[in-house]
Amino acid sequence: MAPLIASQEELQRRRIVDINPETVSNFASTDFPGHWPGESHEWNLGKFRDNFNVEFHRNDQFEASFSLVGLDASIANAFRRILMAEVPSIAIEFVFVHNNTSVIQDEVLAQRLGLIPLKGSVEGINWMRWFKKPTEDDPEGGSTPSDFNTIVLRLDVKCEKNTNVDPKEDDPRKLYKHAHVYAKDITFHPVGRQEQFFVGDDAIQPVNPDILIAKLRPGQKIDMELHVIKGIGADHAKFSPVATASYRLLPDIKILRPIIGEDARKFVKCFPAGVIGLEQVTREEASQKGSGYEGHEGEMKAVVRDAFKDTVSRECLRHEEFQGKVKLGRVRDHFIFNVESVGQFDSDVLFLESVKVLKLKCARWKRGLVDLVR
Amino acid sequence: MSREAYQVPSNLGGSQNAFGGADTGASGGAASLDGPMVAYLCGECNSRVSLKRGDQIRCKECGHRVLYKERTKRMVQFEAR
Repeated sequence: MAPLIASQEELQRRRIVDINPETVSNFASTDFPGHWPGESHEWNLGKFRDNFNVEFHRNDQFEASFSLVGLDASIANAFRRILMAEVPSIAIEFVFVHNNTSVIQDEVLAQRLGLIPLKGSVEGINWMRWFKKPTEDDPEGGSTPSDFNTIVLRLDVKCEKNTNVDPKEDDPRKLYKHAHVYAKDITFHPVGRQEQFFVGDDAIQPVNPDILIAKLRPGQKIDMELHVIKGIGADHAKFSPVATASYRLLPDIKILRPIIGEDARKFVKCFPAGVIGLEQVTREEASQKGSGYEGHEGEMKAVVRDAFKDTVSRECLRHEEFQGKVKLGRVRDHFIFNVESVGQFDSDVLFLESVKVLKLKCARWKRGLVDLVR
Repeated sequence: MSREAYQVPSNLGGSQNAFGGADTGASGGAASLDGPMVAYLCGECNSRVSLKRGDQIRCKECGHRVLYKERTKRMVQFEAR
């Protein structure tokens, strides 16, 4: 028996998550085998390829916004989580303090340094390997620092009085040298093959040179060696390559019955600018019996211009006059991603990296299955 | 007992404390009998004050009576997390 095929209307209805005044309903996806009797919901690569669609809204170097249409929430969420926690990047991990006479304590300073986003040659960062830390069970098992797993930075600053300053001057930054220690005071010292990868603009350096690390007064100094390693966000947030990585579902607004005249103007104000527009009721519409426009020719009616811009505030559902005239929803399989990089990688590359990580995880899982059968 | 009446106990038994015995002479320039010279920082004028055992605890520059130990010269390792 050939499988039943649901009507287009029915399929559209299933795609929408309903947003009611107080609740959200119809939120679980049902496109899996066995849910709808007689229908085939087998997953099929060809079908997926035909339905899947990617659209970029914005692609700046450090911020990208794009839509993924036609995939399941579990996959979209996997990408989001991988972006935040499993795409590798570099950060300061070990701090060797030779001298620190500033007012800020060693451990606090070390923690601050760890959070500074660093950038450098992407090729070099990809070439770097993990630095294995010794564990309690295996104190000898850690890796030794080498050119392929550790980058050495130094922070060596000393605060001194400036000569020839106006005696009325009271800005410490002008009175003293290095009164403020900034991220740009960190210097990079390549070893071995790092000299080939991290040259010129590709040298390891802070993304934002003006991050304030500490404040000093004359006579105080900081002298420390910083070891940078590669890590993942699951280990510590400083290794996360994204500032934000999030998605939302495309809003869906349906005007069920005409909203005309003064009501229409009020309706526009219920939404962010550009979501709802006003149009004149045409003669054709006005002459149509049962359309709700009879006798309203030339008046303004509300139409949906761009649901993408909506924030789904549900303001329109609070007003008496719109009761039953509007239906809010979200499209279940339309994910609007927003990825903001901290500056190490380009934001669009980051998403591709997350796809790569998911692929690797799948390959590992597949290998595990093969081992299970054997 | 008033503060003035307090006497620092003299070290009769030899190396009873950390400053006795092996440490003697390590800092150099110290009279071996009285223990090594230890450098301190004045809490008022931040000048270096070298004291040995039995010295009055007082800055030689400004007379301030609060002195601080210098930071260790050893390297200290921290994890940046």
